[in-house]
Amino acid sequence: MENNNLREQILFTANADPKKCMKCGKCSGACPNYDEMEYHPHQFVSMVQNGDIEPLLKSESLYLCLTCMVCVERCPRNVQPARFIEAVRLAKIRQQGENRLTPQQIPAKIEEDTPQQLLVSAFRKYTK
Amino acid sequence: MQRIGVFVCWCGSNIAGTVDVKKVAETLGHEPGVVFSTDYQYMCSQSGQDLVKDSIRTYNLTGVVICSCSPRMHENTFRKAAASVGLNPYMVEIANIREQVSWIHKDMETATEKAIILGRAAIAKVHLNAPLIAGETPVTKRALVIGGGIAGIQTALDIAEAGFEVDIVEKSPTIGGKMAQIDKTFPTLDCAACILTPKMVEASQQENINIYAFSEVDEVKGFVGNFTVKIRRKARYVKEELCTGCGLCTEKCPQKKVPDEFNLGLSNRRAIYIPFAQAVPKVATIDPNYCTMLKTGKCGVCSKVCGVKAIDYTQKDEIVERKYGAIVVATGFEPIKVDKFEEFAYAQSPDVVTSLEYERLMNAAGPTGGTLLRPSDKTHPHTIVFVQCVGSRCDEKSEKGKPYCSKVCCMYTAKHAMLTREKYPDTEVYVFYIDVRTPGKNFDEFYRRAVEHYGVHYVKGMVGKVTPENGKLKVQASDLLDNRQLHIDADMVVLAAAIEPDKSARPLATMLTASMDTNDFFTEAHPKLRPVESPTAGVFLSGMCQGPKDIPETVSQASACAAKVIGLLVKDKLVGNPCVAHSDEMMCNGCSQCQNVCPYGAITYTEKEFRMPDRTTAVRRVAQVNPAVCQGCGACTVTCPSGAMDLFGFSNNQIMAEVDAICK
Ligand SMILES: Cc1cc2nc3c(=O)[nH]c(=O)nc-3n(C[C@H](O)[C@H](O)[C@H](O)COP(=O)(O)OP(=O)(O)OC[C@H]3O[C@@H](n4cnc5c(N)ncnc54)[C@H](O)[C@@H]3O)c2cc1C
Ligand code: SF4
Ligand code: SF4
Ligand code: SF4
Ligand code: SF4
Repeated sequence: MENNNLREQILFTANADPKKCMKCGKCSGACPNYDEMEYHPHQFVSMVQNGDIEPLLKSESLYLCLTCMVCVERCPRNVQPARFIEAVRLAKIRQQGENRLTPQQIPAKIEEDTPQQLLVSAFRKYTK
Repeated sequence: MQRIGVFVCWCGSNIAGTVDVKKVAETLGHEPGVVFSTDYQYMCSQSGQDLVKDSIRTYNLTGVVICSCSPRMHENTFRKAAASVGLNPYMVEIANIREQVSWIHKDMETATEKAIILGRAAIAKVHLNAPLIAGETPVTKRALVIGGGIAGIQTALDIAEAGFEVDIVEKSPTIGGKMAQIDKTFPTLDCAACILTPKMVEASQQENINIYAFSEVDEVKGFVGNFTVKIRRKARYVKEELCTGCGLCTEKCPQKKVPDEFNLGLSNRRAIYIPFAQAVPKVATIDPNYCTMLKTGKCGVCSKVCGVKAIDYTQKDEIVERKYGAIVVATGFEPIKVDKFEEFAYAQSPDVVTSLEYERLMNAAGPTGGTLLRPSDKTHPHTIVFVQCVGSRCDEKSEKGKPYCSKVCCMYTAKHAMLTREKYPDTEVYVFYIDVRTPGKNFDEFYRRAVEHYGVHYVKGMVGKVTPENGKLKVQASDLLDNRQLHIDADMVVLAAAIEPDKSARPLATMLTASMDTNDFFTEAHPKLRPVESPTAGVFLSGMCQGPKDIPETVSQASACAAKVIGLLVKDKLVGNPCVAHSDEMMCNGCSQCQNVCPYGAITYTEKEFRMPDRTTAVRRVAQVNPAVCQGCGACTVTCPSGAMDLFGFSNNQIMAEVDAICK
């Protein structure tokens, strides 16, 4: 068990209990973005439980989860995997200089039909 | 004033090693009313008991206090000893100075002091004891078995063979239960019908067994040894005693579009039907929801073709009242509804089926005559995906699923996979599992055979999504060991649905005052030591109604249950427990609170006339306890707001006297 403080902080933010997971993998069976992600919903649950958090913090998977909540909906044990992904993502971007999105990057990303709401949500999600 | 004898036991060194027994005997000898006090090495031994008996005679004792082990151990021993020399057995009290003193204390001084205090409390109680006489009730030598699945059939056969009458009440038109719907049975793969139908026939021919099929229990009254039960014989619109089961009516009935429940709606039957060829009793039944004659008064074809004039469109439900000494619950299970799990598309595609439906699709007597064809287009499936644990092992708060493991699905899924591969080697079979649970004789070997010999693909992971698309079922699932998401184009998906107790079990439990757990399984009197008895005296449990189990376990439990029933029915009389509740009618205000808490339904109310202090007469509603039903639990005595309820042998006064003695 390494990284105990960070683990506690993530568990606190997630407000969910990884011990309830029975390792069935239904979350990852349901996840629509599985193939894009390096770490999958059940792995987030398990790795947070084991305090194995560094690899998650470094992984692009943090930003590939669609927050569609399918894993939360399908989990038979009400573990809510997406909450762990969200909690690790927050732990990452709340660090100094770790904002995922800066205002400078915006112009390049905007397309004609990009809704304004998307920009607002993106800032909420990817910056502190 | 009582004349009390005190007997302090050493229990070898068990008590004497920690308690100064001589001092206890000496001190208690000075208590008021104590005329004799002594200690002895083994009070429960023959010579110890003789010491008690001789002292009762020599000193004319009217009460006895034994300071020894827990009353659960030897209360009965000492009561019997007292009774043998003419002292009422309920004048004996036990002070537990072993489990409550010597075994939990180290210091001799404290232990001795506590032993003296407990002895004093027992003496204080004996002062208020009164002789009690246990009542006797006769036993009706007949058993009722509710539910005619394999559990009910086996229990009934065993009881009948011991020479007692048994009635089976089965709510569907035939006995047999789920086993009749199953194709082959794990782990030996013998055909279910071949081993079940002979038992069904035996039950119908056994002269001690009387089958009320298509019947339900309406009302249960009475208590152990003396139940009175009302059975509703539902109208079949066919005279059971005349019908020969020839089946001509079921061929001629023009109403052909009725979903056949025996095939779980995978085929149709007529409005008049016999569930399956080996049904017992083999009698036709008219389904009033579909029969045109019963609905509109026009048709009457079955009546015309019936050679023995058995059809009776005017038949009504009939109530039969019967008496029983024992009641066996064998109401079995149902698979849960799986349409709530939208991810599996059960409601969207006919090719997504439950395992029980799959049994019918494999069965030679099933809707496809035993050829595996998928329901949508009747073609042979080449890829089949089995999903285990559907609705089992869910979070306790889940609204869709159950928190328990259904226990039989790992094995029957292995069976389905194996049988499919054996018959159709060109079919790829995937089984998605969370764990494979196969404890049981020859069970794990069976599962390994599916994998190693038959080449079934077992995948550790769960199916997350099933999408019907262009005649295929797109299955998306995780493969946890290979860390990948699988996408399989399947022809059929089979869901191992969790099992749950029959829906009728809960109202039945209320009628029987038998307890259930939060999942509606009947609870046993003791989970380890009394597994086939319900906590309600005279009510016994057999089969899946008590918890998930396979056929071998069901049959063992069914026979164990029969042994317990026989043990009750051989008795001519039951000796009751005289330590029962009684109400002080002058104090009772008829509030019904005691009736609400009594777990055994022992309390009823009567309207009684009372002479009031002002010489008028008033009619008041007062509680009455049926001493044959009361188990002496004491729930009513602590509930009664006016203190009207009291227990013989454990009266409020006696308990207060004990408390006073301890606090002195
Ligand atoms: C798909 C599937 C496959 C299986 N395969 C196997 C296998 O291969 N081998 C094996 O060992 N086990 C197998 N099992 C398990 C097996 O079915 C059960 O162990 C067995 O049927 C339990 O018998 P039972 O008599 O307790 O219950 P049931 O078979 O459910 O019988 C209960 C009976 O009681 C009746 N009833 C219910 N309520 C009332 C009421 N209130 N009044 C009157 N009657 C009532 C019902 O109509 C029914 O006839 C399988 C189960 C399933 C779901
Ligand atoms: S919330 Fe994220 S992890 Fe969960 S299913 Fe959706 S994309 Fe996958
Ligand atoms: S679905 Fe739930 S229980 Fe199953 S692996 Fe994912 S988090 Fe664990
Ligand atoms: S028996 Fe097997 S398939 Fe059924 S609930 Fe238990 S683990 Fe799941
Ligand atoms: S003592 Fe228990 S069983 Fe007896 S009447 Fe009172 S509540 Fe019912």
